[in-house]
Amino acid sequence: MPEFSLQQALNLALRHACEDDDRVLIFGEDVGTLGGVFRVTDGLRDKFGEHRVFDTPLAESAIMGMAVGLAVAGWRPVPEIQFDGFSYPAIDQIVNQVARMHYRSRGVLNMPITLRLPSFGGIKAPEHHGESLEALFAHVPGLKVVAPATPSEGYRLLRQAIADPDPVIFLEPKSRYWHRETFDPTEPAEMPPPGTSRIARPGKHGTLVAWGAMVARCLQAAELAAEDGVELEVLDLRWLKPIDTDGLARSVARTRRAVVVHEAPLTAGLGAEVSALITERCFADLRAPVQRVAGFDVPYPSGALEDEYLPSVDRILTAVQTTLEYRRG
Amino acid sequence: MHEADLPALHRLMVVARRLDEEAIALQRQGVFPAYAPAKGQEAAQVGSAAALDLTRDFAFPCYRELGVAVAMGVDLVGYLATHLNVWHGGLYDPKASRLAPFNAVVGGPVTHAVGWAMGAKLDDTGGAAITYFGDGASSQGDVHEAMNFAGVYRLPVVFFCQNNGWAISVPTAEQVAGGSVAARAAGYGIEGVRVDGNDVVAVFEATRAALDRARDGGGPTVIEAMTYRMGPHSTSDDPGRYRTLEDERAWLDRDPLTRAAALLSADEVAAAEEHAATVVSGVRDGLLALKPPPAEELFSFVYREPTTALLEQQRVWKESLDA
Repeated sequence: MPEFSLQQALNLALRHACEDDDRVLIFGEDVGTLGGVFRVTDGLRDKFGEHRVFDTPLAESAIMGMAVGLAVAGWRPVPEIQFDGFSYPAIDQIVNQVARMHYRSRGVLNMPITLRLPSFGGIKAPEHHGESLEALFAHVPGLKVVAPATPSEGYRLLRQAIADPDPVIFLEPKSRYWHRETFDPTEPAEMPPPGTSRIARPGKHGTLVAWGAMVARCLQAAELAAEDGVELEVLDLRWLKPIDTDGLARSVARTRRAVVVHEAPLTAGLGAEVSALITERCFADLRAPVQRVAGFDVPYPSGALEDEYLPSVDRILTAVQTTLEYRRG
Repeated sequence: MHEADLPALHRLMVVARRLDEEAIALQRQGVFPAYAPAKGQEAAQVGSAAALDLTRDFAFPCYRELGVAVAMGVDLVGYLATHLNVWHGGLYDPKASRLAPFNAVVGGPVTHAVGWAMGAKLDDTGGAAITYFGDGASSQGDVHEAMNFAGVYRLPVVFFCQNNGWAISVPTAEQVAGGSVAARAAGYGIEGVRVDGNDVVAVFEATRAALDRARDGGGPTVIEAMTYRMGPHSTSDDPGRYRTLEDERAWLDRDPLTRAAALLSADEVAAAEEHAATVVSGVRDGLLALKPPPAEELFSFVYREPTTALLEQQRVWKESLDA
């Protein structure tokens, strides 16, 4: 079986999506000749031509507005915004237009748009080049939100996102672009339905809930915990909207403890939503309150302080310890 | 229509005017919560929209485009239903009518026209997009981004600016640097023309020329139709706070309907009024007969494929009704 980095797996997914559906269009800043600043669109323009893979002027709002018009004209746009922090100038188009056109038109105009957004921190990038916007997008009715954790997941989820008839915000964990994994992209059986989570590591003493790059960090934490005889389950949420509430509840009902881990600031982060869902569904099963390990309520810091900001293995294990030692008062 | 047909254009303008007046009456009668009058802009709207080829073109409006809807033959009850507040985007079919849903974000739909035009160009349909915005919207980044995109890609799109003199209370002089939206086109390497927006034939011809050029691969055009919003920005607005009655009276002399009617026979004008009265009465009846959508529709159309969470919320809502 071949080995792929996440960046290569996403590239392959785009390639296959373009081959399977000639209405798929890929566009954004530097996605053509350069193949994207992360090379995710590498070689696609040569293969599919400059009409299907094209560079745009540097204007995020118009990139998304253009996607709306292309979707009205019956195309399946897959725009890229180069870095997460630069999606802010396009928020009006994403929230007021992309997310609502289907509703506004009473279902007549479809918006099968997949916005690819290199996301999250971990690469010590300049300001605005590393942000965690999942809660912002997940809050918007009409959008779906996905974050893959591994190359094989990246391949499958991107294929799924592009095939989805609704707008999907596809958050690519840029710190994982070069992480490699062996998998067979031609294996069709490995395509669970949209909106489902995945158990990345089974365990019985508690569930770590994560997405994107934090899945790998949680796996590290689980590995260390196992040395002390604590078997943690790692649940990769994958779809941040819709959230797999059933999968979440199944895991936590079994392990009876939960720690949610994300890079975004704590307050009003997606961890709060996940925590609430767990409490609603698993209150009687829980042995301890759900813990959250998150970024702090500060702007994403510069590279020198990034390691202090991002949830560390130590912080995750401390939260696990808190749930293990919790005693009702 | 292929050539400017003044009697036909006048007829459409009269329908737009009388319907606009009816809409204001409906607001005063408490039927519409609010309304954005289009009085004075009939020539700009009707003249441009009548130049479209509805078998292949597509229009992207903002929120003051009643005359466009009239000229495009859009279901007018469905169009005005937006003001009745039964559904934000209106109840007309945007795909069949070739008019995108009513849009309250000024500037936003301008980028959509660019995307649509690229789609039409890739499909080689010969279709052109037209997008409507005002002098106020021309200050928005989206409008500049859209013009730049269209210029770079040489897309078949017409940027139709109705410069009606006022962005709510702010006059063009304080809104548009340089005083001209059309002049900006040069900076994007595209055609820019200014037209007397109260002369329906002039507007028709300028738009037809721009559409022809777009179809022939000549790229986009900015048309700035100089017109005047004779009424308030909306039924909640008080123009007395920012402009004088003298100003408003001066524009009465340039009323696009009076100007067109002066070139027609009394019989033609009377027939147009009669026709408009029939249309208005039908639309009024249609609007008054409109029922609010079934409450169930609150949950419809959010997604093509609804999420489990949304279906669950719908179920809980339904249970609360039955309780």
